[in-house]
Amino acid sequence: MTGGKHGQGEARRRARGELEGEVLAALWAAGRPVPAAAIQEQVPGAAYTTVLTILTRLCGKGMVTRQREGRGHVYAPVDDRAGHAAAGMHSLLDEGGDRATVLARFLSDLSPEDEQLLEQLLRGD
Amino acid sequence: MFWPVPMYLPLLVSAVLALTAPWAARRLPPRVAVWAMTCAAVVAAGTWVTELAILAFTAVGQVPLVAEQGPWSVRVLAAEDPVSRKFAAVCAGVVLLLVAGLTVASWRRGRALIDAWRECRHIAAGGDLAVVDDPVPTAFAVLGMPGRIVVSSGMLRLLDGPERQALLAHERAHLRHRHHLFSLLLHLTAVVNPLLRPLERAGAFAVERWADEEACAAVGNRRVVARAIARAALASGRAAKAALSATGGPVPRRVQALLAPPLRRADGVTAAFVILMATCCASLAVTAHDTERLFEAAMHAYAAAPRLRTR
Repeated sequence: MTGGKHGQGEARRRARGELEGEVLAALWAAGRPVPAAAIQEQVPGAAYTTVLTILTRLCGKGMVTRQREGRGHVYAPVDDRAGHAAAGMHSLLDEGGDRATVLARFLSDLSPEDEQLLEQLLRGD
Repeated sequence: MFWPVPMYLPLLVSAVLALTAPWAARRLPPRVAVWAMTCAAVVAAGTWVTELAILAFTAVGQVPLVAEQGPWSVRVLAAEDPVSRKFAAVCAGVVLLLVAGLTVASWRRGRALIDAWRECRHIAAGGDLAVVDDPVPTAFAVLGMPGRIVVSSGMLRLLDGPERQALLAHERAHLRHRHHLFSLLLHLTAVVNPLLRPLERAGAFAVERWADEEACAAVGNRRVVARAIARAALASGRAAKAALSATGGPVPRRVQALLAPPLRRADGVTAAFVILMATCCASLAVTAHDTERLFEAAMHAYAAAPRLRTR
């Protein structure tokens, strides 16, 4: 359904943007500075050189820092110390009404019964 | 004599469409369900407003100043009008209220979408992803050119590699398939006709299910997607315990749907949607045609008998 809609170029560009997002997500998930190889393990289907290229680009944007450690480099995401982004996000989420509903949120809130049900479902998994 | 079809039939058919659509859509795969529900909502709301406007115009047409523009005979119009003038005037009032309500709702939703985009534009993004350093697990997609996914570091640390991929694929599906626009349409139609509110809720749920199914296709494992949603929901529930959790329900249903085999196409249900929508439009066309004949008759009467012109 969606396959033929995008041109080859657009599909490739989108895939690159997605890969960049996945590298950034893996870097944040690590929670400590990690080498590029550790990131590559976490991003399925990405070549080592591609991960390195993306990391370099993220460094260039100032979103990732690179430090020398032993023989190689380790990478870490740059955190927003002032917390501006988090504050902005909370103001979006907490306001309720239209402002919160227009965000396509991953999750809605849970009732206590929902929680029990989910735990049962996870155990059955 | 001009009304072989009751004037109220389009209102009745659109009400039937509005009330049966959420129930019927549950039997459809999410993508088809969202399309079917959105089309049904637009047809039902459109029919509702147009029919009210038609009824209202039979009263407006009796205002001498308006009748002069035709010109048509006010007396013939009043005599042949199938609805009382009082009722038609009420319809006119309702139409005005609906237009005002729609304007306010559009403006507020539009503002909210622009605010969300502005707020998230400043967060540095790698590709389509902006990460916010925050322990509370949250994730959402913001409409834009291009759209953007915002995820908190708490959410990313909570999930393993494949689950993270599922989360990103879910949010990307919202952006790629313009889910914000479906939600907007469903919301505005529910503003126009309160009978469509259950359909708005069902549509919101189906949109999430659609994104879940896209995530399944991207990750290649339904259980991983189910686990990602369940784990993230449980963790964010605990993190936000203090905050109120007013609306519950949809998350366990999403997880259950993912643990069950995917729904098959149900052509019968889709056909039922199409038939109901067509009936809606047809009944509306018939009343529009009847109203046109009514006004034509009044115009003939005006042309044939100039003495009627005074009133």
